[in-house]
Amino acid sequence: MLKLNKDKPKVINIGLEKFAVDLKTQGIDVVNLLWKPPLPVENSYHHKINSLSENIIAPANKKALEIINSGKAVLTGMDVALKVIPGMHKDLILHSGPPISWDRMCGPMRGAIIGALIYEDRAKNAEEAEKLAASGKIEFAPCHEHNCTGPMAGIISPSMPVFIIKNESYGNFTYATQNEGLGKVLRYGAYSEEVISRLKWMEKVLYPVLKRAIEYAGTINIQGLIAQALNMGDELHNRNRAGTSLFIRQIAPAIIKTMTDPEESAAALDFINGNDHFFLNLSMPASKAILDPARNISGSSIVVAMARNGTDFGIQVSGTGNKWFTGTAPVPDALYFPGFTKEDANPDIGDSSITETGGLGGFALAAAPAIVQFVGGTTKEAINYTLSMYNICFGESSLYQIPALDFRGTPLGIDVVKVIQNNIAPVIDTGVAHKNPGVGQVGAGVVKAPFEPFIKAYKTLADMY
Amino acid sequence: MPIKAKIIAGKYLDSVKLMLISRELRSLKGVLEAVAIVATSENREILKASNMLAEEINSASENDIVIVIKADNAKNAAEAINKAEELINKPSANEYNQTPIPQAFTLEKAIATLGGADLCLISIAGKYAAAEAEKALEKGLHILLFSDNVSIEDELSLKQKALKKGLLMMGPDCGTAILNGVPLAFANNVPRGKIGIVSASGTGLQEISSTIANLGGGISQAFGTGGRDGKKEIGGLMLTACLEYLLEDENTEVIIVIGKPPCEEVQKKLWELISHSSKPVIANFLIPMQVPELPNLYYVRSLSETAFFACKKAGIEVKTAKLAEDFPLPKLRGPYLRGLYSGGTLCQEAIQVYLDNFGCEPFNNVTDQAYFRLTDGWQTKENSIIDLGADEFTIGRPHPMIDYSLRLQKLAQEANDPKVGIILLDVVLGFGAHPDPAEELVPALQKLPADLVVVCHLLGTDGDPQNRQKQKKELEQAGAYVFTSHHSACEFVCQCLRSYRSAKC
Repeated sequence: MLKLNKDKPKVINIGLEKFAVDLKTQGIDVVNLLWKPPLPVENSYHHKINSLSENIIAPANKKALEIINSGKAVLTGMDVALKVIPGMHKDLILHSGPPISWDRMCGPMRGAIIGALIYEDRAKNAEEAEKLAASGKIEFAPCHEHNCTGPMAGIISPSMPVFIIKNESYGNFTYATQNEGLGKVLRYGAYSEEVISRLKWMEKVLYPVLKRAIEYAGTINIQGLIAQALNMGDELHNRNRAGTSLFIRQIAPAIIKTMTDPEESAAALDFINGNDHFFLNLSMPASKAILDPARNISGSSIVVAMARNGTDFGIQVSGTGNKWFTGTAPVPDALYFPGFTKEDANPDIGDSSITETGGLGGFALAAAPAIVQFVGGTTKEAINYTLSMYNICFGESSLYQIPALDFRGTPLGIDVVKVIQNNIAPVIDTGVAHKNPGVGQVGAGVVKAPFEPFIKAYKTLADMY
Repeated sequence: MPIKAKIIAGKYLDSVKLMLISRELRSLKGVLEAVAIVATSENREILKASNMLAEEINSASENDIVIVIKADNAKNAAEAINKAEELINKPSANEYNQTPIPQAFTLEKAIATLGGADLCLISIAGKYAAAEAEKALEKGLHILLFSDNVSIEDELSLKQKALKKGLLMMGPDCGTAILNGVPLAFANNVPRGKIGIVSASGTGLQEISSTIANLGGGISQAFGTGGRDGKKEIGGLMLTACLEYLLEDENTEVIIVIGKPPCEEVQKKLWELISHSSKPVIANFLIPMQVPELPNLYYVRSLSETAFFACKKAGIEVKTAKLAEDFPLPKLRGPYLRGLYSGGTLCQEAIQVYLDNFGCEPFNNVTDQAYFRLTDGWQTKENSIIDLGADEFTIGRPHPMIDYSLRLQKLAQEANDPKVGIILLDVVLGFGAHPDPAEELVPALQKLPADLVVVCHLLGTDGDPQNRQKQKKELEQAGAYVFTSHHSACEFVCQCLRSYRSAKC
């Protein structure tokens, strides 16, 4: 027998919006379900995942999220890549994203490798560098597989100085280079003399100044700075202005205390002050440092890394070990600098999406009203981006909060199951590199992660049981 | 002829929106054909058939929107692509509404937003619809499944599942219902009252409920079942469940059952239920037929009469004069009728009235009579009545109740044939339908030759958002004979034809 309430029905509308509008004008409670065609995943996988959901996946995810939320990432010092990065050797160059061979690398990544080989004095010019890179004598590996993260091309060569970040709760370390600033820079694939000489200056002047200062200061709590920066308008991926400022406040006294040459110390402070993105190379390794201990939790569907190499977009998932699941890296729909269009853009590149993986960046857009022009121009749109990410995360950050959402924790712990079943892709704030080597940045905006790697991870997870 | 195309990835718009965008693109300078469509394999076939499958969209995924423009030159094509992108990316009108409609990404969130939901109205593409309906049933929601192209196996399992939980599963292909006084999808603003309706026919429900309202009556519930419910495969699951409900419902005193004739098995179930009924049940299966003699069963053939009779049985004082428009018979300029319908059941009734009057069907795209079946609905001939809501016309276009462009095109075509003396149209008002049909029709009517007679049936109530009286007045001023009762409109047309024929004899 049919059972009907006596009241006017409350309606969920899936499909033609006009039906909802007509109901609303009559004063009926109605919600539009933002429906999209489902992803191409066979039902058998859904059944399998659903059967695992309660007893296997949920407890594993709970554990993973606890580990992530209890991490404490601090800056402990600096050193040269060759000395501290596990597995680093003189013929190894690290790059962003999942593994890739020289022949499949995009323009900016090749440009950055050319620059790195010139910087390392392994080649005199681009031609020689390309030859060497293609010869097989140089080994390439993802930053992520050596406890590192690198923005854009993410190139780390043996002589480069790196920050050392430690997760004090779990004892693991991560590393990242010093950020070069905007314009023609190595990470965007530029390798002109100006780029190389800046890198040399960073090695010879900036690095010693900072190294001494950090040693003097002891550890610096990077996550504490991140939490404060979120309250000051950063989302710590495309905007690191507050984070950079806070870092200067922390480090400046130590720079003065450990000064050997006032000119050099002033130049170092000037350089950091002139580079709003300086802190990105601290927010990235800090994000990785808190995510890495959550790897290899059997049954967990939490994403522990999202990274792009400009050709492929790859993810790693806690429950599936260190396997990379990849798909084609998308070309961002971005705001382009004058004179450039989407035609000039390289597909998405960089390890910086580790910030989103750790509950920052696109996931914290609601905290960064100053950059809403990247997402359509209104704060409402920025807030909606963050709100939609709660639908694909297993939990919320207990440390990172968003003022505009009444200090709600940022969405944290991207859950592959929710990405697939709710059909929502993670949003990533991103800079856009020119597709040709040597040109540099041409725009910035947001990009949606492709579904393909998530579908592969979902199926793999299902097949493991 | 340059064809330009573009993929818009990661964006989803409903099909009506895309069709309206396509329509706007077709009106741009130099654009010969334009499509904005989701690149499903079915839609690719459609594009291929119309030579619009441009190479640029080969890499589109099943979920991407593609734009394809055929234009007289490359510049106009490129401009149309830009315009298309702008339209697709424009925030939905909803955001400019005074009362914005809350949105949710998941069913769970939607239910939470409403603080508990009762009904899920589903109008997405058929191949995805059953899965969504199933999820909603799991959550204990009644379903109005507007989508068509849902398999009969899925329909059966959804209905079985629904009934186990005491839930309505109206549809698939159910365009209308009125639940606790709330019109859903294509439905009219009708007061609440004592008459309950179970309908397997969309415009049948609209015509009857509107007529009841116009006569001063009201509706307790009007359930739609979808057109296939009476078939053997479904076994009348919803027809019988809804009828049972109305028989028990304390607010219902008179019951109407309407739709194409159900299969014999289902009829038996209905008669069995009705034989125990203490309430009058009025059945209308749209054709002349014999029903068993039961004390409370009445069989009525026309939609208007069904409404009249129900009102009478419900004790509503009906002033018949209220509906019967009376016009002197005009002289026709030529012998033939062309009926251009948007409502399927109305179209069927028009064919039936013609058959009753003249002993043979008009040419049409509805009935099974092979001789009178038009192979191509566009190629009307002699006396023809066509349903422009049939699949052959609606692939890639919004329904003619929403989008008048196809009917206007057809109207102009018919007017060019001097042998056509009279045109019959239905104009459906109500929620879901075009917000101002007169605005579309009046300029077209004014362009018609003065001696061409146009008869309009105006379906709707004074509570409908289009303002029925204004629509009526504007259509009349444009020269149309406007009828409130569909049956009267059809009879009037037949009288005109008869008078023309007898004058020629």
